[in-house]
Amino acid sequence: MTDRAMVDGVSPPRFSVPLELRAVAITLALGVLGYTLFPDDLAFLTRLISITLLVLSLDLVTGYCGVATLGHAAIYGVSAYVVGNACLAGHSDPLLLLLVGAVAGAVMGLVSGVLVTRFKGLPQLVLSIAVGQLVAALANKLSSLTGGSDGLSGISPGRVFGVYAFDMYGRTGYVFSVAVLMVVFVVLLRIVHSPFGLLCQAIKDDSLRARMIGARVYPRLVLMYGVSGVVGGIGGALNAINTGVVGLDSIGFERSAEALVMLVLGGAGSLWGALIGSIVFQVFEHYVSAANPFHWMTMVGALLIAVVLFAPKGLVSLGGLLAGRTASVMRRRP
Amino acid sequence: MAWTGLSIGLDALSYGMVLFIISIGLSIMMGLMRVVNLAHGAFAMIGGYLASFALKNAGYPLAIVLAVLGTIAIAFPLEFLLYRRIYRKSDELTQILLTIGIAFVIIGVANYILGPTTKSIPLPPLLSGPVDLGFRMIPAHRIFVTICGVCTAGLLWLLIDRTEFGIRLRAAVDNGDMAESLGIKTQILFSATFALAVGLAAFGGVVGAELLPVEPFYALRYMVTFLVVVSVGGAGSIPGAVAASILLGLADTTGKYLAPEYGEFFFYLAVILVVFLFPNGLLGRRH
Repeated sequence: MTDRAMVDGVSPPRFSVPLELRAVAITLALGVLGYTLFPDDLAFLTRLISITLLVLSLDLVTGYCGVATLGHAAIYGVSAYVVGNACLAGHSDPLLLLLVGAVAGAVMGLVSGVLVTRFKGLPQLVLSIAVGQLVAALANKLSSLTGGSDGLSGISPGRVFGVYAFDMYGRTGYVFSVAVLMVVFVVLLRIVHSPFGLLCQAIKDDSLRARMIGARVYPRLVLMYGVSGVVGGIGGALNAINTGVVGLDSIGFERSAEALVMLVLGGAGSLWGALIGSIVFQVFEHYVSAANPFHWMTMVGALLIAVVLFAPKGLVSLGGLLAGRTASVMRRRP
Repeated sequence: MAWTGLSIGLDALSYGMVLFIISIGLSIMMGLMRVVNLAHGAFAMIGGYLASFALKNAGYPLAIVLAVLGTIAIAFPLEFLLYRRIYRKSDELTQILLTIGIAFVIIGVANYILGPTTKSIPLPPLLSGPVDLGFRMIPAHRIFVTICGVCTAGLLWLLIDRTEFGIRLRAAVDNGDMAESLGIKTQILFSATFALAVGLAAFGGVVGAELLPVEPFYALRYMVTFLVVVSVGGAGSIPGAVAASILLGLADTTGKYLAPEYGEFFFYLAVILVVFLFPNGLLGRRH
């Protein structure tokens, strides 16, 4: 407890006790809001949640560890394919499939982590891209497992808890996804504020200093990559469970780049940033890209440039001005 | 079998030379300005578009010159407004985001103005026919590209090793602050290097259009490859870029000849191995 207090003393204001409760309340509120705003398009919302998990997963390595990666969709895609195959093999319990996805993601995350976090800078970036492209090329080749460019289809998960079947309106899928997101988000909040999470941030800020105080940098980063893999894997599993189809797009370079854009838009280094960024980006995309995909690309590009120039800490920093003020008022209370 | 080997070798060489011409600009930029420029491929693409446009009214050599100058003219405002902010100081994430944003905008605009189709860059008759090498017919264009690559490498070496500009450039690479305090105007040097890099990208985009066809997604599709060449060769090293281009050209071409269904698997496998063994590049220096 004293550790936590000391860290709070030097770092920007951080909510202490009701943090997890607040996260539960906010995700629930967002879930209800989504349902009221898009009652006829729950498929879009479940897809949004699945991608949000990928962005959260990316935040763990990019935002909290400072690893610049453009190959994170490998984790998401591999897990989606593994879950799809597990379901086709007859293991159709959704919770079991989530577990399968988490394990597959963790394995893929650890493998990526071992390769990618070994170096800094350009070699790191190139290794992350190479791992992503390697996995994507494999997915294309192993068409007996992945369906190749046709995609893997016919995934039909069973009932949740043996009771709630996945209906064609996607209601079960939506509630299931919101619940998963809520649990993951709360657990992640605990992890990033744990000594392990704080050490990762210390490594990000100054890896030499972290090494000097005795932290074993490489194993920590690989471990965080594994945690990130679990989260990304759950995202991929949700994708497979909800849509019933896994395509090559869920593993490619564009997916990785897009996730990075969402993360930076919201604000890397904050779970709230990842959440806000992926929601804002995807809702925006839902309306604009339907109109014209190529204007969409121009707009994303311009948006990225604008974020880098004017809000380098993302949307959450704009909201953070307000939140920071209320938090400091609350902290002053006895 | 030996003939197959030679065929692969020749194809790999010409492909590698295209990679070299385009990537060397990126490599020099990364060595001097420490900018990971993910929009470099977009500049090569602009070069290709301008050439296909110019070829409607001009000859091939003139079209190349116009394309290179035109691309520099288009890129220069970007340097002035955006790139200057990220020279030598920003972290990689900022650079990646800014330059990928620029690449997205260029792709979107190119697609809007020119449409999603592949633009042809017709070769002059001299280069479009095959040449008989005794054991195999080879397109004259491949030989032309290889010669272009060798000339580019040679001229760049002369420029960097033998001229006043090159001396200043190397001084700024070694120690920017010291070079500045000795009276070298690094800002002008950076701008000139940027123009050189963009010009080389455009040149490579035009002469390599037979191997890397010009279409809006060119900028992203080959960007990764160019970045990989720089990383494997070592940022800022000309011999390194030559070695990396040929090595990766060989890995890619061999993979596509012998196991086409694996796509780029062997290419990226080679990349992972080389980067892991030589994190600073084959001939790069430690920063």
